[in-house]
Parts: sequence; C-alpha cells; structure tokens
Amino acid sequence: MNTTAAQASAGHVPDTHTSGWRRFAYATNHKDIGTMYLVFAILAGIIGGLFSVVMRMELMTPGDQILGGDYHLYNVLITAHGLIMVFFMVMPALIGGFGNWFVPLMIGAPDMAFPRMNNISFWLLPPAFLLLLGSVFVEGSAAGYGVGAGWTVYPPLSTTAHSGPAMDMAILSLHLAGASSVLGAINFITTILNMRAPGMSLHKMPLFAWSILVTAFLLLLAIPVLAGAITMLLTDRNFGTAFFESAGGGDPLLFQHLFWFFGHPEVYIMILPAFGIISHVISTFSRKPIFGYLGMVYAMVLIGVIGFLVWAHHMYTVGMSANVQTYFIIATMVIAVPTGVKIFSWIATMWGGSLTFETPMLFAIGFIFMFTIGGVTGVVLANSGVDRALHDTYYVVAHFHYVLSLGAVFGIFAGWYYWFGKMSGYQYSEFLGKLHFWTTFIGVNLLFFPQHFLGLAGMPRRYADYPDVYAGWNYVSSIGAYISAAGTVIFFVGLAAAFMRRRRCADNPWGEGATTLEWTLSSPPPFHQYGRLPRFA
Amino acid sequence: MFEGIAENWQLGFQEAASPVMERIVGFHDFLLVVTGAICLFVLALLLYCIVRFRAGANPVPSKVSHNNVLEVIWIVIPIVILVVIALPSLRLHYMEVRIPEVDLTVKATGHQWYWEYSYPDHGDFSFDSLMLEGDALQPGQPRLLATDAPLVVPVDATVRVLVTASDVLHSWAVPALGVKMDAVPGRLNETWFRAERIGVYYGQCSELCGVRHAFMPIELRVVSNEDFAAWIARQRLEAGIASAEPEGAEQATNQTAGMENGKEEKTS
Repeated sequence: MNTTAAQASAGHVPDTHTSGWRRFAYATNHKDIGTMYLVFAILAGIIGGLFSVVMRMELMTPGDQILGGDYHLYNVLITAHGLIMVFFMVMPALIGGFGNWFVPLMIGAPDMAFPRMNNISFWLLPPAFLLLLGSVFVEGSAAGYGVGAGWTVYPPLSTTAHSGPAMDMAILSLHLAGASSVLGAINFITTILNMRAPGMSLHKMPLFAWSILVTAFLLLLAIPVLAGAITMLLTDRNFGTAFFESAGGGDPLLFQHLFWFFGHPEVYIMILPAFGIISHVISTFSRKPIFGYLGMVYAMVLIGVIGFLVWAHHMYTVGMSANVQTYFIIATMVIAVPTGVKIFSWIATMWGGSLTFETPMLFAIGFIFMFTIGGVTGVVLANSGVDRALHDTYYVVAHFHYVLSLGAVFGIFAGWYYWFGKMSGYQYSEFLGKLHFWTTFIGVNLLFFPQHFLGLAGMPRRYADYPDVYAGWNYVSSIGAYISAAGTVIFFVGLAAAFMRRRRCADNPWGEGATTLEWTLSSPPPFHQYGRLPRFA
Repeated sequence: MFEGIAENWQLGFQEAASPVMERIVGFHDFLLVVTGAICLFVLALLLYCIVRFRAGANPVPSKVSHNNVLEVIWIVIPIVILVVIALPSLRLHYMEVRIPEVDLTVKATGHQWYWEYSYPDHGDFSFDSLMLEGDALQPGQPRLLATDAPLVVPVDATVRVLVTASDVLHSWAVPALGVKMDAVPGRLNETWFRAERIGVYYGQCSELCGVRHAFMPIELRVVSNEDFAAWIARQRLEAGIASAEPEGAEQATNQTAGMENGKEEKTS
C-alpha cells in the first residue's frame, strides 16, 4: 500500500503499481490481494455476525420474537450464518488474507507463484458471496424465500423439499467458492514448495507457512469431493438423476458420507492456520523459540491426515453398523493426541519465557484455553455411546463454536493485532485492543458455555422456538451474544482509531521474540519485497 | 408420575429412566471428571506461566526448545487416558446398538411435520401424533412437547422402535431414555429402549426437516401392562381389527418376538 521511502531492506525493485480501481481489480500483488481478502472477510463477517445476533434475539425467550413466527426465515438465517462464516469469513481471513500476506514474506519469496491465478482466486469470491446472498431473495421452499436446509444441505430437504431456485444459487455459490479455494491451494503449495529463500529447508520453515501448506493439501483433496456431492445434488434437483433419492435407487446417506468426507477436513482447514498464527504469537511474546518445533509440524500433518479418516463420527445416529461406528470412535479419539501435543507445546513455549501481554498474546492465551474446552467436548462427542444423547443438540453447537468461534476467530484476531502494524504501517491502540479482547472473551463464553447445559438437557439445535424449560440458559446465551456484538463494535472502533491516529509502527514492534522474516522488512513492507533474496541461516 | 422433561436452569442430563440412559449418564459423569481435570490442568499451567514467567518476574527468557522425555510423556499419557475412555465407551456403544430380545415392536414414521406410529404386533393399526397448539393445549401440558396422540408402551418392556421417514430426514429422540435414531426415507432403522418408570416422556425431532422442524415433538406414555392391554384393545376396536388373533398374530410372528406373549410374561 502506501509504500514510503522505507525500502531499506527491500532490494532494488521499484515500486510500480497502477493506481485507482485497477490496482485492485487487476491485482497480482500478494499483499494487495491479501488485503482484499481481509476486507472481504470483514464485510462477510459483519453480515454473518448480524444474522447470528438476529438468531439470538429470536431465541432470547420462548415463543415468537423478532422473526414474528417466520420459521423458514430462521432456517435461512442459520444456513446463511454457517455458510458465510465458513466459506466467506474464516477461510478468506486465515488462508486468503493472512496466508497471502505472510506466507511469501515469511519464506522469503517476492510474491506468490502464480500471481494472476491469485487474482482470480480472490475475484471468484465476491460473485460466490453475491449468489449466496441473492438466494435469500428468490424462492427456496414452499415456505418462503431462501435456503433453509442448514449449511450441511442434506437431501431430501435440499432436493424435493427445496424446489425453488434458491438452492441452485447456493450450490453454484459453493462451486465458485470451492474453485477459488482449490486455485488458492495450488498456488500456496507451489509457492511453499518452490519459492523458499535459499537455506530455508522445510524443517526450518515458520510454522504459519507449514500450517498453510497442510491446509492447502486438505483443500486440494477435500473441496473436489464437496464439488462432486453438490453437483450430484444439482443433477438430482434438475436433471432427473437419483443419487440421493431412495425412490430411484439412491440413498440420502450417500450425500452425508460425501459431505462429511469434505466437511471434517474442512474444520481442520479452518483451525490449522489459526494454530500457525498462535504458535508465532506465543513464541514472540514469550521471547522464546517455539518449543518442540518438529513435533508441532508433524502434529499438524498428522491432524491433517487423520482428518480424512473420521468423517462418519458426524453420523452416529443415521443407522450405521455397530463395527463401523467402533472404527470411527477410535479413529476420532486418536486426533486428541496430536492436538494435545500442540496445546502442551504452546504452554512449554511460555514456560521459562519472559511474557508480556499485548493484545495478540491475550487472544492467543484465550485461544489455548478455549480450544482445550472445545477439544475435550470433542472427545466426549467422539464416543458414539454419549453422542447418541448429544447429537444434534446444543451441546454440539457449543462444541464447534468453542473450536471455531472462540478458536479460529481468536486465531484471526491474534493474527490481526499481531500483524496489523506490519500490514498497515500504523500501530493499533493497545487499550482498545485489550478492551476488544476482554469484551469478546466474556461475551463468547457467556454465549456458548450455557449451550452445553442446554444440549445436555436435550434441547435440539436448529430450533426457531423451544419448550419453556430451556428458557433460562437461552436468555443468558443471548445476553452473551449482545456482549460479543459490542466487542465487535470495539474492534471497528480500534480499526478506525488506528487509521485516524496514524501512529507509525516500527519495522519490528515486538522486539527480540519476533524472529520471522516479515519483521526484517519495513512496516508496511515495500510493494515488491526481496529484490535480493534473503539468506536464511 | 414420572415426567421425562428438562427443568429450567438444568446443568446436566435429564433424569434417566432406562438402562441405556443410566449408563450414558454414568459414562458422561466419568468423562466429565476426566475432561474437567484436563481443562483445570491446562488452566493451572497457563495461570502459573502468566504469573511466574511474566516479564516483570522473569526478565531473561530461557532458550530451551526441546525436551524429548517431556514430548514422549505428553504423547503417551493422553494415549493411556484415551484407552481408559475407550473401553467403557465401546461397552456402552454395543449396549445401545445391539438390540436385545424385544417384547414389543413399534414403528415411527417421520412426516413433515408429525410422527406416525404403528403397532405391527397388534394388527398394525396406526395413528398420527401432532403437536398440540393454542387452545388445544390443556393447563399443565408443556408447550411444543405435548401431542394429541402419544405413543403408548408398557413399563419395563423392551421395545424395539423401527424408524423411517416418508419425505425428508427426521430423527426420533427421547432424551430420558437415551434414544435417538434418524428417520431416513428408504431405510428402516431400528433402536430400542426399556422405560422403567410409568409416566410421560417427551422428545423432539432431532434432524432439520424444514419450516416446522421445532414443532413435531415426540410424546411417549409409559403405562402399566393392564393399562396397555386395555389401550390396545380400544385402539384395535377403533381400527376395526378383531380382538382375537388371526392376522395380528401372524404379523407378530413376522416381527420376531411377538408382544402378545411378551406382555403376558410380564404380567405373570
């Protein structure tokens, strides 16, 4: 962006970029594209977040509230919230945003391997997002406009019971978003395998780059399965096939297997880059190198591999045979081992360090604790014996929000504050950052922790109205949602304040603990960096 | 009379009323101790680091970045914990999915948006069970849970539930019995329960099925064997099925363990 004279460490590449709209429409620069991804993720996050606040307003007390009894609209909201947060907020922020910005900087590469493909990767996302948002305004099911089949779009609800074009728009939206992800994955894999600075072997590569490499492989292998499944959905809907239609010899459960073969790696796609960010933040603010680097690397690789072998633990109640379920129980529990390695390695990194508690570190410590909670409830749910009581209840909602809303999103905020000065050139306000952290931390815990109780008591998820016996904790949960929303407002105040105050950020504001290559560049980095490749010891 | 329903501000499972749910509650209590201990351990380590190794207390950071013994320990101990969890877990799992000899078979068919129940052991009469709304709801009946025609089963009988659906996915669930089974069009799933207490049990559809997903509850009346026999006789009369055997008995034998016999064994 505003590249100033501070090109000291940049080599000799002149700062030549087009200005105006062409700079972004035709962008090939990884930092410009990363910025566009981040802006996109923020906009999508506002919409997806507003949907969730509306949901919590509806659920604050029993009976019809803000939606006035339009239960289809409620289903549209939960569907849109899930799809937006997964495909248009978390993934663009972590992979497209931070991945684009910092993978080349960290591995000493001048840019991504395929800059023009990088451009199309980004520009596929806005039309995908518009298709999804547009689907809300066209006929979905007999009950109203929009897709109300949940983000899992299980048939037959998504086929015969959603006869309108809204579902087709959502499917095409996922096709576009998926194509964007696969192109991005190819780009990251090529960049990381071929363009590391001289001397940077894979075993010396920063953990964030490793996390993006593993994530990119997961995307490359998982997204095509989703694409196949939703294409079959599309032909079932429009061209008379019966892949998922039992009356025609198909099986609705085939879709669930295909969906979760994609869907389970997908949850690691969302959390692995956050793992990478947390490792850098913990190491930086402990002023210590990361503990057990190789263990951290191979824990991520192992999590990625096992992620493909556990999909049917989402399907314990569909009527699978007993021994198949036994396999999935055991395979799922195995994931706890590499995950535990990561948690303990982060704590061991802090052990003996010289800790300071700037905003990124607060988010990182919050991440470790809440990811632990989400992790152990995951172990609980891995046991089909208990899962049969908890499946499709609010316990599951609490579990996956602890690992995503409090895990992946805290990872995003940790990365945001860690790198904000590097990206923009202006340092954020530490006061507003900490206020943002504490408000969000209190809000999301108040929001999601009581949902464990609701789930244990048997409250099913995806309910627009619930029996009066669940009133108490739902009320608390909604209060938590409003506090979290207030936290998001503080985030934007902090963002605006940083750009208004224009407090210059040093090249390396974090001191001796920040050892990766991006801190050797100016803040913001020059438009083209590493005209002379850095040598990595 | 037992009421299988949650309470406001409840923290844990509903009160168990079947052998399976008792085991689920017990196993979850055990898991809660293990997972709670892990969370507290992690929290304690984090707090210790925050206090002991803050820059003010520890200005010079150590440079330790490896400890092979430690790294092996934090792989081995979690594996041991997981094995300790897995053994009771698998026992519970097989208890749930292996169906014992049954006294009665009922069939639940999910429709948008109500459940249809039939009694194949008793002439295969069937009826629809719809949620009570508005004025139809009597005082004392819970909103969104009470139906116009509950499923009725005898107490202490092992009941097999055949679950399927006619249109989209649904899921038949009764929390106090630890039962949840998806209703899938074109598939016939089976699960079982043995309700140990006379009373009324509530459950709700547990797989997103469209606009009225939240409004197709499951209401289950567990009655004494005498009341059940009387209820069955009434239902057969209404359905125009002769009270004596012919077709009813044939169907019962088709469904393996016939209820006619099972019921009598219970009463004797």
